[in-house]
Amino acid sequence: MRVSYKWLQEFVDIDISPQELADRLTLAGITVEGVIELGKGIEKVVTGRIESLATHPNADKLMVSSVNVGTENLQIITAATNVREGDVIPVAIEGARLASGLVIKKAKLRGVESRGMMCSGQELGIDPKTMASEQAHGIMILPPGTALGKDAKEILGLDDFILELDLTPNRGDCLSIIGVAREAAALLGRSLKQVQPRFSELPERIDGLFRVDISDVDLCRRFSGRLIKNVHVGRSPLWMQQRLRSAGIRPINNIVDVTNYVMLELGQPMHAFDYNLLKDGHIIVRRSRKGEKIVSLDGSERSLTPDMLVIADPSGPVGIAGVMGGLATEVTEKSVSILLESAFFNPISIRRTSKSLGLRSEASLRFEKGIDIGGCARAADRAAQLIADMGAGDVVSGIVDNVPLPIQERTVTFRPTRATYVLGVEISGDEALRILKSLNFSVQDSGENMLVTVPTYRVDVNLEVDLIEEIARMYGYNRVPDTLPFGQSTRGLKTRQQSFIEKIRCVLAEAGLYEVVTYSFISPRVFDNLNLPAKSTLRNTIKVTNPLSEEQSVMRTILLPGLIEVLSRNYSRQVRDGAIFEIGRIFYPQAEGHIPDERPVLSGAVMGSSSASWNRKPFEMDFYYLKGVLEKLFRNLGTGEIEFRSDTAHTSFHPGRTASLEAGGERLGILGELHPDVAENFGLPEKVTAFEIDLNILMAASGRPVSYINLPRFPGVERDMAIIVQQGIPSSEIFNVIRLAGGELLRSIQLFDIYRGAQVPEGFQSMAFSMKFQAEDRTLTDAEVSERTEAISRDLAHKFNVELRVK
Amino acid sequence: MERKLKMLGDEACRSMAAAGSLDELNEIRVRYLGKKGELTQVLRGMGNLSAGERPRIGQAANEVRAVIEEELTARTSALKKLVKEQRLRGESIDVTLPGTPFPRGGKHPLNLVFEEIQEIFLSLGYSIADGPEVETDYYNFEALNLPKDHPARDMQDTFFVGSETLLRTHTSPVQVRTMEKTAPKLPVKIIVPGKVYRRDDDATHSPMFHQVEGLAVDRRITFSDLKGTLDLFLREMFGPETRTRFRPSYFPFTEPSAEIDISCATCGGSGCRVCSHTGWLEILGTGMVHPRVLEISGYNSEEVTGFAFGMGVERVTMLKYGIDDMRLLFENDLRFLQQF
Ligand SMILES: [Zn+2]
Repeated sequence: MRVSYKWLQEFVDIDISPQELADRLTLAGITVEGVIELGKGIEKVVTGRIESLATHPNADKLMVSSVNVGTENLQIITAATNVREGDVIPVAIEGARLASGLVIKKAKLRGVESRGMMCSGQELGIDPKTMASEQAHGIMILPPGTALGKDAKEILGLDDFILELDLTPNRGDCLSIIGVAREAAALLGRSLKQVQPRFSELPERIDGLFRVDISDVDLCRRFSGRLIKNVHVGRSPLWMQQRLRSAGIRPINNIVDVTNYVMLELGQPMHAFDYNLLKDGHIIVRRSRKGEKIVSLDGSERSLTPDMLVIADPSGPVGIAGVMGGLATEVTEKSVSILLESAFFNPISIRRTSKSLGLRSEASLRFEKGIDIGGCARAADRAAQLIADMGAGDVVSGIVDNVPLPIQERTVTFRPTRATYVLGVEISGDEALRILKSLNFSVQDSGENMLVTVPTYRVDVNLEVDLIEEIARMYGYNRVPDTLPFGQSTRGLKTRQQSFIEKIRCVLAEAGLYEVVTYSFISPRVFDNLNLPAKSTLRNTIKVTNPLSEEQSVMRTILLPGLIEVLSRNYSRQVRDGAIFEIGRIFYPQAEGHIPDERPVLSGAVMGSSSASWNRKPFEMDFYYLKGVLEKLFRNLGTGEIEFRSDTAHTSFHPGRTASLEAGGERLGILGELHPDVAENFGLPEKVTAFEIDLNILMAASGRPVSYINLPRFPGVERDMAIIVQQGIPSSEIFNVIRLAGGELLRSIQLFDIYRGAQVPEGFQSMAFSMKFQAEDRTLTDAEVSERTEAISRDLAHKFNVELRVK
Repeated sequence: MERKLKMLGDEACRSMAAAGSLDELNEIRVRYLGKKGELTQVLRGMGNLSAGERPRIGQAANEVRAVIEEELTARTSALKKLVKEQRLRGESIDVTLPGTPFPRGGKHPLNLVFEEIQEIFLSLGYSIADGPEVETDYYNFEALNLPKDHPARDMQDTFFVGSETLLRTHTSPVQVRTMEKTAPKLPVKIIVPGKVYRRDDDATHSPMFHQVEGLAVDRRITFSDLKGTLDLFLREMFGPETRTRFRPSYFPFTEPSAEIDISCATCGGSGCRVCSHTGWLEILGTGMVHPRVLEISGYNSEEVTGFAFGMGVERVTMLKYGIDDMRLLFENDLRFLQQF
């Protein structure tokens, strides 16, 4: 809502600057986003009349004019094509300054002197969208009788300020000048200047000429109508046009402009029908019938449904109530008599109708927030007055005001003690009374229990707590002291899952991975890019009914593609090395009517190498790197044994470089190098390694209590052993055999080398282990250790047919 | 004989003083004190002396030996020291070279801010609560005093996944879920960090973003407690010089409702591009829990009051780090992430 400062002044005396007023309103909950000075920077633009217009001697496209600016005639060269002799126009004279900052100087154009410039609306800072189409881009033409030599800023109402409001949806009452004026009056302690519309009426009575029947009283609770005869449709006066423009509305003709003007001033949307096109002067407000259609004012044919309210005459719908009028009964230059409609419609019904038709108008915007049911007739009178005042028609005597059900006054009980209790600051009865009265609430029983009657336009006030807010905002939020709650003190706790996730975040960040955050919705195409089989359960997603794009249309069932896309985006930006992780939720559908199963998962991905340095070679961030990161994580989390098993089945991963992870027999997740095809699908090179882990299962397997093991008191013995073994035997199996054969005395095994090449047969590899033997109660003898190593050798040889080299 | 001994001693000392290396020193030791050394030779010749002379010459010889040995020890350690000094001098390194790199990594800036907010509220006795991201219409709207067709539903453009299920548009449903579980016990003091979703996508909106919700419900919680708590939080978060401003606002689930602005740190309140020349930055929405929400959640709204608040974590993060485009937070460019 754009509110003119000058227009406000008609209803309340304001003695503070527009900016100060804006600040006061903002701190009272009527947020003013900005204050615009109309005509800012414009100087020395006056009204002038074109006395003569002749072609330029040296240029085809220029004209030489003589313009009367009151005190003298100025010779002005113009290229304008929409001006004629006798037109009154805004003229920038020598030394003038325009909205753009342009300064006008005396100049010679093709050898002829020019002493000023004719101005377009845009040059005066007027939005072309609010100007009649023929004037939007040409010179602005003022009404013929306009006084000459006057400051055009004043004539055009550009000596004004606009407050741009950002209203909360509960304050529909402030979608009007009067509403904002009421707030300003309450804040400034002034009274509201509001006068009853007065105008003369024809002797003829409306009663025999027009009648309205309301069939659906649940959707229309008031319909007020005024009839105007002898209408002259034409342009509205300049001041009215400018008022509409200041609110961002384009003037159309005097009748339409009046309905818009009243809507802006009083918040009551109005509609004008060509009375002679209404059958029998009879209006019926009813729900639409099945199959009915109407061509609305914007020229589109609309199909109506039975839940929509229409304004009809006996032959059919003539308007969609509260949303848009019909084209057939539109007011045109031929109209002689018009009917003015000022009604109250059910907000929810209007909201549904305008939503389902995709038609949002200034009118529907106000109706759906709830307008002042008490103000319909007054608005109709105000419109009649304006039409009469500008001589655009004669008002038929009387008003038709159909109120099918009595308008209930809303009363709310209010206790100042409760306000004190809720706000934490002493609110006296007197203070409460003063504030409520300033906002036009009427109050009875100004004691412990006040009975407060709510004005009809304050549809947002229904409960005592609503009145407490009224008190608080007028008292001033910032005057309420700052305190801290007292009472039972509490200890702040994290859930186990939160602590767990925070720990993971710390460990992985320290291990060199960067955390990323990606969208929870993904494209359904990523499943194809991941080479997942058609029957993969991951494809069973929750679909967003109204996504912004297909890219964000299903809820993820896997985090991985988000991370791969992050690597891909970085790769395309020449960031070739990367290690990332994300913790987030995945979503699995449940039975209809149930919310999905949301599971927290951890995913990570790496590509490229570690950073190089002058003293250390970079290493490739591959499967074993990421496995090492996970092993560190598991150790820090106190996770029980996690098994890595070769997984050749997952189609997203390299069949020979992938492991599925298991914890206590449950599938924990997967770690592997992306399948080269998948990497290519995402625009990545080969050798991207990634993992994804179910955090619920990981959490269940974690937090193993730490129990201390005695430090060794007797020296240990180290033995190295190298074996040549066929490639493809999992090292975990070799470890198991060694551990079993080594028995209790074998304290630790370390694989310190793997070698393939010269001296090792094709298809075989040499693996070198270092083993440490130690006993708790004695120093081991050579013989004891040898007995163990021989047992290990024997078992290895037996099991894997290996060749041994013991050191 | 005695003179000869003395000369021998003097001679040995002189050559030791002249010796420039441990090897030379060793040679000198051998020359005088070795098995065939000169002093040893002298002592061997003592057999020829008379019994009367022997003790005197013997003593003299031992004295000379002691002098030589003492000098030898002194010279040896002096030379060793010298040699070590020389070696260390040769071992000097360029201390200005960069250190051995450790793997770098880091948390996402949004989570850094999350954690900071959490820590402040944990210290104020708030526990952390959680709820689903795909919610029912009931918890996301209806239980929060937003019935169907309520115009305020337009404030939050919603993604739907079913007729009655949607992506939560705020973390507020967790208020109701938590109160339902807790009622009639008191107090309830929680904060709820989480992802939320709205149909918006531009430089200042992201279809997915993060909020932190807070709720305090007890027997005597007032609007002034709300003010004090959030003022304290904002000073902790943005620095003690931060000023706050409370403006009336509207949320269907609170009444009275407020919006909180903090003074713009960039311009100090005089107005700049960051604060759209107002000197203030909108940071938090809050209010006293609406009595209907309390009743729906199982509390007697006449006896129990409370306040709730919610803030966008992206906004806090952007202000804190001076980030001007929200999309950077979701692009995950590593060169961006490496800055935190
Ligand atoms: Zn600023």
